[in-house]
Amino acid sequence: MRDSRALQAYGLLSPSMFWLGMFFLGPLCIVFVYSFCLKGLYGGVDWREIGPDGTVSYLFTLENYARAFDSLYLKIVLRSFRIAASTTLMCLVLGFPIAYYIATRAQKMKGILLMLVIIPFWTNFLIRTYAWITILRSEGLINNMLRGMGFLGPTDSLPLLYNDFAVHLGMFYGYLPYMILPLYSSIEKMDFRLLEAASDLGANQVQAFLRVTLPLTMPGIVAGSILVFVPALGDFITPGLLGGAKSMMIGNLVEDQFLTSRDWPFGSALSFILMAVVLASLMFYLRVSGTDASRAQK
Amino acid sequence: MSDVPLSIELRRVCKRFADSYAVENLDLQIRKGEFFSFLGPSGCGKTTTLRMIGGFEQPSSGQILLDGRPIEGTPAYQRNVNTVFQSYALFPHMSIFNNVAFGMKMKGVASSEIRERAMHALETVKLKGFETRMPGELSGGQRQRVALARAIVNRPSVLLLDEPLGALDLKLRRAMQIELKELQHRLGITFVFVTHDQEEALTISDRIAVMSQGRIEQIGSPEEIYEAPRSRFVADFIGTTNFLQGAVVGSSATRLEVQTEWGAVLKVAPHPDLKPGVQVTVSVRPEKITLVPTAPGPGENGMEGTLHEVIYLGTATHYIVQLPQGPRITVFAQNGVAPQTAPGSRGTVYVAFQPEHCRALER
Repeated sequence: MRDSRALQAYGLLSPSMFWLGMFFLGPLCIVFVYSFCLKGLYGGVDWREIGPDGTVSYLFTLENYARAFDSLYLKIVLRSFRIAASTTLMCLVLGFPIAYYIATRAQKMKGILLMLVIIPFWTNFLIRTYAWITILRSEGLINNMLRGMGFLGPTDSLPLLYNDFAVHLGMFYGYLPYMILPLYSSIEKMDFRLLEAASDLGANQVQAFLRVTLPLTMPGIVAGSILVFVPALGDFITPGLLGGAKSMMIGNLVEDQFLTSRDWPFGSALSFILMAVVLASLMFYLRVSGTDASRAQK
Repeated sequence: MSDVPLSIELRRVCKRFADSYAVENLDLQIRKGEFFSFLGPSGCGKTTTLRMIGGFEQPSSGQILLDGRPIEGTPAYQRNVNTVFQSYALFPHMSIFNNVAFGMKMKGVASSEIRERAMHALETVKLKGFETRMPGELSGGQRQRVALARAIVNRPSVLLLDEPLGALDLKLRRAMQIELKELQHRLGITFVFVTHDQEEALTISDRIAVMSQGRIEQIGSPEEIYEAPRSRFVADFIGTTNFLQGAVVGSSATRLEVQTEWGAVLKVAPHPDLKPGVQVTVSVRPEKITLVPTAPGPGENGMEGTLHEVIYLGTATHYIVQLPQGPRITVFAQNGVAPQTAPGSRGTVYVAFQPEHCRALER
């Protein structure tokens, strides 16, 4: 009985396990191996050398990883971390009131508002990011409007595009729904009578928020932050389109190695460093917020 | 009575929701140290009244005084009032200790004092040793006690209890009723209790306000409410009663005479406001009626009928008697040591009851 159940479970899981193994784990292993190889002359990788006498020697190097810690690249890694972290914080601070507002509406209104949050997904991310260019550029919507209203001279324009500001804005816009949805679901689950109880026991609104709302919605805060931080850290579309030369992020760097510089091994090493950064940040984050979140779920 | 200081006073308090009145022109005085209950069916405005005292709702008009001071503008967190919520509303992410300590922490009580008072409160509700547990690990009755400890530990001037026993099973509820009453005696705090359970209200209250449709029908001690209901609603809502329809035919200082719809004349307790000609409902409690084989004397009310149903309940027997042209009368007889005088079989009987047990209520 138990065996047949286990068998059934494996049967149901095997397609997805096959899929993940074949198209996720497999490629990951390849990238991992590449990261220790040398760059091929025309792209690709060299992993062995055939000497003039026909002897084969295998190449293995840590050079790619060492290179990543060059201050030039380290700066890009740190900047990526900074931009992803501040985007996450921005999404959290501005997303929380929105999620709270939606969660406290009547049932019918909730559906409509959630729909509005999801609507941007109907359009491709790339196209939505391009749309920001037409809004922000010097001949764009905002600058034209400001010139039209006389706030700017006819040849002046605000530097809204191709800088960190534009990257932040684009990311905030793109990832906000990923923050709002998990926040909404944990706020919606909260028993609002607990806030009355807190108030009854002498807590003002700030105290009630910090001691009741915040810990009880921690699962949503954690989930939303991860959903924003992880893709933001590896994002290359937003900084590529909206960022300037100085807003390059690790995602762009990886992209460059594969598409422009033809340095697959270095790109692979950077990818693994990115993964390590993500993993380390997540573990740190879960440790800091984890105790509260797991308790609140009881 | 008037020299006892007031704990809570409501002056012409109204609460409107959208276009309907939840509470209408409530005038009420609750004395210090009193166990006061609001009793009524759901939607009668009792919980709204409690929530206005607690500060969770603002009255649309009127005045609420706590210890002699108006408190309408004071937010809930600044009122010296604590609530035991119907749902308990324990903080699920905090230990029992932290739940109980919450109020004191908010008021900035020193941590050594917090510890001492919290432990004492937990001891009071017999939950010593539960400090480190989480609310999710406790039974309903235990959570109820935590909610109680969390409220009384703040030494409020008034403790509000919103159907706190509603979620408990009958046996536990009875035990908690007695405990609550004892606790109130020990603490000397004013308890304001909301319930829809008339038996519960009678058991634990010093005074009861019976509410219906946003208005107070009657305020009085459990005895007054039960024995001398002032309206048909109160007589009907509290306990079981027999209603006999009729009209006043005679009125004196000691007696009221009511002619029933089927022609019998009842002698009823006097009522100064009821003049001959007024349509009334006479209420007689079933346990005040006896079944006798022959017509009772002239000082008593007696009506002939046929025994319709006998329901044996162990400690008591209920009889249902059909009056020839009138309604059915319910009679409760306690099964005591003395043998039952009433007939066990169906047949002609007389129902007999004293005039002072008959209440004439305006229709």
